Amino acid sequence: MAYTDEEIFQKVREALEDALGVDEDEVTPDATLVGDLGAESIDFLDIVFKLEKSFDIQIPREELWPEDILTNSTYVDDGKVTAQGLEELKRRMPWADLSNFEENPRVQDFGNLLTVQDMCSYVKAKAN
Amino acid sequence: MRWLWLDRFTEFQSGSHARGIKCVALDEEVVDEYFPGHPFFPPTLIIEGLAQLSGILVAEHFDFKVRVVLAKVNRAVYHRSARPGDQLHYYAKLENTQSEGAICSCTSHCDGQLQAEVDLMFAFLDAKRFGVESMFNKGDLLTMLRLMDLFHVAVDADGQPLEISPNL
Repeated sequence: MAYTDEEIFQKVREALEDALGVDEDEVTPDATLVGDLGAESIDFLDIVFKLEKSFDIQIPREELWPEDILTNSTYVDDGKVTAQGLEELKRRMPWADLSNFEENPRVQDFGNLLTVQDMCSYVKAKAN
Repeated sequence: MRWLWLDRFTEFQSGSHARGIKCVALDEEVVDEYFPGHPFFPPTLIIEGLAQLSGILVAEHFDFKVRVVLAKVNRAVYHRSARPGDQLHYYAKLENTQSEGAICSCTSHCDGQLQAEVDLMFAFLDAKRFGVESMFNKGDLLTMLRLMDLFHVAVDADGQPLEISPNL
């Protein structure tokens, strides 16, 4: 089933409101899941379940959270993702806006990277 | 006091659903002392009983190789209180699984009426963060499941009696 951008945003917003207990007006496209909406690690599992149900899709964990890249010494040096690692991240996550992260790609900052718009872009790529 | 908030399994189909009962008695401390003068079973312990029912459903689906913990109560709606003498009929349905957890939708019925609706999310303990130690002493979980008659009623996905997992 093909969804419009508006339909995707509405469903993603509902999932985030429900999973994180945030208000509708807090879920803006630019809001980061961790920093702005207060998502904790356990919430991501909940968000995945809700998105899978809403869009009837399967979400493998490594697609949204590429821990295998971020913990691989080939792609990480001194706590920062290498150029090769960034390329791998872009290949794995073409739907994510990594431009800010590229400026100072500290692994510890990766957790606060994803925005509501990134989630919408990911779902759009999976569901349509 | 044992932390068992389910009296008996009455139905169990691997990977699908489970049913069980909880009888509420006035001599239970939690009933007598929770709200003095107005005895009823604490709603939070209905969640706990449903979590035990569905937690076993989840753990068995993964052949007891994962350590299942209740991570989130996504929804809990109570339609009536559970009073001494009531027999609560619990139902849990395995809705979805991931490599890190699972979700179940649950209900409690009393006298044929819907008493509570609860949606639960379980997470599996990550060995990197929490080590690999079992949550139970050797044999304790199996003993608990036998006390609750699980193996009297449990069937696998093909409807055959459930074999006791070597991981228990």
